[in-house]
Amino acid sequence: MNLDDFISGFAEQFEDTDSSEITAETKFQELDEWSSLTALGVIALAKTEYGKAITGPEIRSCDTVEDLFNLIVAK
Amino acid sequence: MNNPFCLTDKQILVTGASSGIGKAIAISCSQFGAKVIITGRNKERIKETFSLLEGEGHSFVLADLTIEDEREKLVEQLPDLDGIVQNAGVGSRVLCKNITQMDLDYILKPNLEAPILLQSELLRQKKIKKGASILFMASRAAIVPSVGNAVYSASKGAIIGYAKCLGLELAPRKIRVNCICPAMIWTDIVAKGGITEDDLRESESRYPLKRYGKPEDIANLAVYLLSDASEWMTGSCIDITGGGEGTLI
Repeated sequence: MNLDDFISGFAEQFEDTDSSEITAETKFQELDEWSSLTALGVIALAKTEYGKAITGPEIRSCDTVEDLFNLIVAK
Repeated sequence: MNNPFCLTDKQILVTGASSGIGKAIAISCSQFGAKVIITGRNKERIKETFSLLEGEGHSFVLADLTIEDEREKLVEQLPDLDGIVQNAGVGSRVLCKNITQMDLDYILKPNLEAPILLQSELLRQKKIKKGASILFMASRAAIVPSVGNAVYSASKGAIIGYAKCLGLELAPRKIRVNCICPAMIWTDIVAKGGITEDDLRESESRYPLKRYGKPEDIANLAVYLLSDASEWMTGSCIDITGGGEGTLI
């Protein structure tokens, strides 16, 4: 798993947030567009791209995009 | 005065535009100022619809939406859309005891799977503008039973359930999703499976407004739902019936 690939896949989940706003350090839950819908998109991304199952509470426990990446790697 | 009922310069995709309701919707949208992209499977018929569009800037794409590759190619060619009319569909009449896998595939692939998967592709490729309006052509048959219509009714009931969920998911972007539920409309698909024109004429006479619908009746409602005049409408199924229930037998 590659962090840059994950960041670009993560950024794809947003419609209005420019991908330049999303880096490893981005606190994603503070993004205006972040919502339970985006969280569902991230769960689908983890499953389809990485074959990993993650949950909503696990996502909420993450602070930055890199935390999220590490969560999926650790699964 | 700014007329909210107009479709001026809106980019609108209409599937199944080679005949019937889709053809009428495409033509009406063009008359109300939209730039229309029409799709269908039959080259001659889609070109005929295309020739009837008013104004400039329209296009047509030949595509069988039940085929993944053709859906992807269609979506790649599309501009960003202000409106989508998921209209393509087929009909048949088979008694429940006779339903086979082939009957299910014949109806469910074009009426249910294709629109759902086309919608996914449109979303993945980010082709839908904020504030856009999406219509699904459902049917009164979703609610009202008629003999031999089980698979068709099931396909339309299922698309309504799908459309309501889609509306919820797209609401944050102010994208609206509504269904139209017509009763009987004079199109090629009503006279299928042993139903004769006499049966249809007899049934039509029982409608309170004494006639079945015309494709243009549905097109007028579609124009309203695609226009900004309906910007507070989402998740609705609108019956349009001439006062009839939509049952035939």
